[in-house]
Amino acid sequence: MRSILRKCYIFLIFLFLYAPILTLIVLSFNASRTRAKWGGFTLKWYVSMFQNRAILQALSNTLLIALLSAFIATVIGTIACISMQAMKRRNRAVIMGITNIPMLNADIVTGISLMLLFITLGLRFGFLTILLSHITFNIPYVILSVMPRMKQLNPSVYEAALDLGASHIRAFFKVVFPDILPGVLSGFLMAFTMSLDDFIITHFTKGPGIDTLSTKIYTEVKKGIKPEMYSLSTLIFVTVLILLFLVNHSPSEHKQS
Amino acid sequence: MKKAFLTLLLAVGALSLTSCGSGGGENGEVVVYNWGEYIDPDVLTSFEEETGIKVIYDEFETNEIMYPKVEAGASEYDVVCPSDYMIKKMIDNDMLAKINFDNVPNAKEYIDQQYYDQSKEFDPTGEYSVPYCWGTVGILYNKTMVDDPVDSWDILWNEKYADNILMQDSVRDAFMVALKRNGASMNSLDEAELNAAKDALIEQKPLVQAYVIDQVRDKMIGNEAALGVIYSGEAIYTQRENPDLEYVIPKEGTNVWIDSWVIPKNAPNKENAEKFIDYMCRPEIALKNFEYITYSTPNTGARELIEDEDIKNSKIAFPDLSQYDNLETFSYLGEEGDALYNALWKEVKSE
Repeated sequence: MRSILRKCYIFLIFLFLYAPILTLIVLSFNASRTRAKWGGFTLKWYVSMFQNRAILQALSNTLLIALLSAFIATVIGTIACISMQAMKRRNRAVIMGITNIPMLNADIVTGISLMLLFITLGLRFGFLTILLSHITFNIPYVILSVMPRMKQLNPSVYEAALDLGASHIRAFFKVVFPDILPGVLSGFLMAFTMSLDDFIITHFTKGPGIDTLSTKIYTEVKKGIKPEMYSLSTLIFVTVLILLFLVNHSPSEHKQS
Repeated sequence: MKKAFLTLLLAVGALSLTSCGSGGGENGEVVVYNWGEYIDPDVLTSFEEETGIKVIYDEFETNEIMYPKVEAGASEYDVVCPSDYMIKKMIDNDMLAKINFDNVPNAKEYIDQQYYDQSKEFDPTGEYSVPYCWGTVGILYNKTMVDDPVDSWDILWNEKYADNILMQDSVRDAFMVALKRNGASMNSLDEAELNAAKDALIEQKPLVQAYVIDQVRDKMIGNEAALGVIYSGEAIYTQRENPDLEYVIPKEGTNVWIDSWVIPKNAPNKENAEKFIDYMCRPEIALKNFEYITYSTPNTGARELIEDEDIKNSKIAFPDLSQYDNLETFSYLGEEGDALYNALWKEVKSE
């Protein structure tokens, strides 16, 4: 009895989590334009999605901004961690607090203040302003995931490397970096996903003629979201699923754990 | 692995530089700010090819989102397409430039005079706007589920259709229905009229299945409701999907909305903006847009070109406005008026 209840509970939880995505996937194969009617199975939305210049442009913008901003934020964030590691405990706590605030801050506040800043600086709103703002809100996430790794480091190893004649940079890349690499990678992935699904900050810092997927989907509100968006979302979901599967089942991870 | 990753990043970076590097066209550029999905994308390409002017195209979701973006001046737009009451607000706040109609000959020739007349409600001198799309608000009903004649807003208060009625979930649209039913103006600021409208909406509330915006379309197609308040542009599309549906403009009158092209005062390329508006008023271009958007076009030349006789003579797409003597267009009520409406609407929703 108890185990049945338990299974029902788990089933309900998974239903809640996945029913919306499942609906979306089913609708992406619906031949009828409206969600109210099943018009038969079709792949035409997938075809027309790949022919729609605006959607593809938005997709490439999104990926480009996510990759670039995650990479730059990872570099900056890792460097910040290195210097914070060398600080006194109190100073480190202060800096850590300062970098945590933007993460807890409401997106809309960040978005509007960045917009005002860019207006004051006289920047032309477009790709660059979106990229800058994404780097800005990505840095704290990188610091958050690299810092714990940094703390676990044994400083003597780095010093030993110096004693054995390695230059600072060489010692860092040969000794420190491999140890913090998992933190750096997870920071990069976190930054990548944060950038990928950001809407509010992008909305305030984007200029005319450039759209990311989230802003593009939102503009379709007046006339109803097109089924091409369903198929695109399905493809993204499946891609992420496959990626997750690969990451969790890669042989090297197995050896480590 | 690491090397491959770096190479990938470099390639992506190089790609981004080339894609950002494109400047204006040979004859400069024009920055357009329009509703989402509100133009046939081919039209933009053909405009670029013909004039050598590069179009930088941006989209907004609601008038309220568009306004602060234009006002803040973060980006300078050359052509914007707001709705009626928002145009009034922009004129009042001195944000629009006068259009030189000598540079827009197609607007004079092909846009029907009755739309300019209707525009007087928000653009009294007719110097600031060129109508682009328009429509009415009415009742969409399912012939198999409604057996009374539908010709009045009153039917939305009929208890027979309890739980089968869809209302618009926006202040002005909901109050328009109640005010018009009571024979008042939908731009009324009279407290007694507004309170009567509020009471009517509260009285109607138990009968309403849902207050929605977009879902009216899908729910009516799916036979989930018998009656719904809907924009005429959506009505044509719903009828195509479900032939049992019928659209009616109630006899008490309704809202005629107009989305028009305007040029902001800080537009950097005003001449190109006028060229763009002129191009949009060309009959064959307006026809392409009409077929893509399905919202009514004020362009007489485009209507002549429609091949499908049913659509050309459709009462939904092109109703004879002279039949009704109580059609109105939303006007901007000022901040106090907006606050009053919002307060009353909150009372309705929280009842």
